Amino acid sequence: MADARAPAASAAPATQAGPRELQHQFDTVEQQRGASTLGMWVFLVTEILFFGGLFLAYTVYRSEYARAFAEASRHLDITLGTFNTAVLIVSSLTMALAVFSAATGRRRALLVFLIATMVLGGVFLGVKAVEYGHKFHDHLVPGPHFRFPGPYARQAEIFYSLYFAMTGLHAAHMVIGIGILTVLVLQARKGRYGPAYYTPVEVSGLYWHFVDIVWIFLFPLLYLIGRHIH
Amino acid sequence: MAQHLVPPKIYFAVFTALIVLTATTTAISFLDLGPWNTVVALGIAFVKATLVALFFMHVKYSPPLTRIVVAGGLFWLAILIALTLSDFMTRGWVPILR
Repeated sequence: MADARAPAASAAPATQAGPRELQHQFDTVEQQRGASTLGMWVFLVTEILFFGGLFLAYTVYRSEYARAFAEASRHLDITLGTFNTAVLIVSSLTMALAVFSAATGRRRALLVFLIATMVLGGVFLGVKAVEYGHKFHDHLVPGPHFRFPGPYARQAEIFYSLYFAMTGLHAAHMVIGIGILTVLVLQARKGRYGPAYYTPVEVSGLYWHFVDIVWIFLFPLLYLIGRHIH
Repeated sequence: MAQHLVPPKIYFAVFTALIVLTATTTAISFLDLGPWNTVVALGIAFVKATLVALFFMHVKYSPPLTRIVVAGGLFWLAILIALTLSDFMTRGWVPILR
């Protein structure tokens, strides 16, 4: 029915791509892919503002309690933080290479890079779990058991509230990302993606890189800044 | 389709830059630069985020509409931060507001 009404110009690309790839409301595969990418970006913009609120809260409290935030920040493990930053950057590289492999029809490479990205995401979350464990052990988790030496205990508790809210929300996004990658791996194993159709891989890549960018800002703000404020 | 394809060579170059910048920002955090510690750390973070967005996320190769949406999102974030800070940072200026 859609074919009968479609203009002649759009019939050629439709048959090239096959009916499963090109939905009837689009004229060309390029147009359909552009719409998907744009839609993902609109979602990511809402995510920018979602995380932006937390970054703003951090900025306001840090400008109020600079010294307390600096002291609290020194209890974070800079080695683990740097290691995790590197892990996420490698995972962004493997994700970008996965999109490239899908676009060029390298199905085996696509699977390898998707699984590598998942494993690296898992390593990041594992290190994060170890860090959280240290914070519980050191009584740095906000709540009735929070202990912090010196006069800045209350303000340090604000720092750790923001630390857990920001890294927790980020970790939740990582967990969702690994779930998305699981679906991609299952679909890729069936040979679902190739040069004619790889939009899910491309769009999931955008999400994964966005989560990487959030961490690129969380790392200096939480771990690095204020090591020399006394 | 062809316009979306970025050669892996570029991905590896961007990856190398990101790793070098990460090592640099961690190393610099051990030096005492006074207020410049914050400026340098955030500056490097902005450069890294821009590299990821332009190359890994293909913003450099995207149609104008996508780039406008990205810029619009950042502009809205700037409004959120600028208007809130213009309140908090100026509260000490007028004694009655303390």
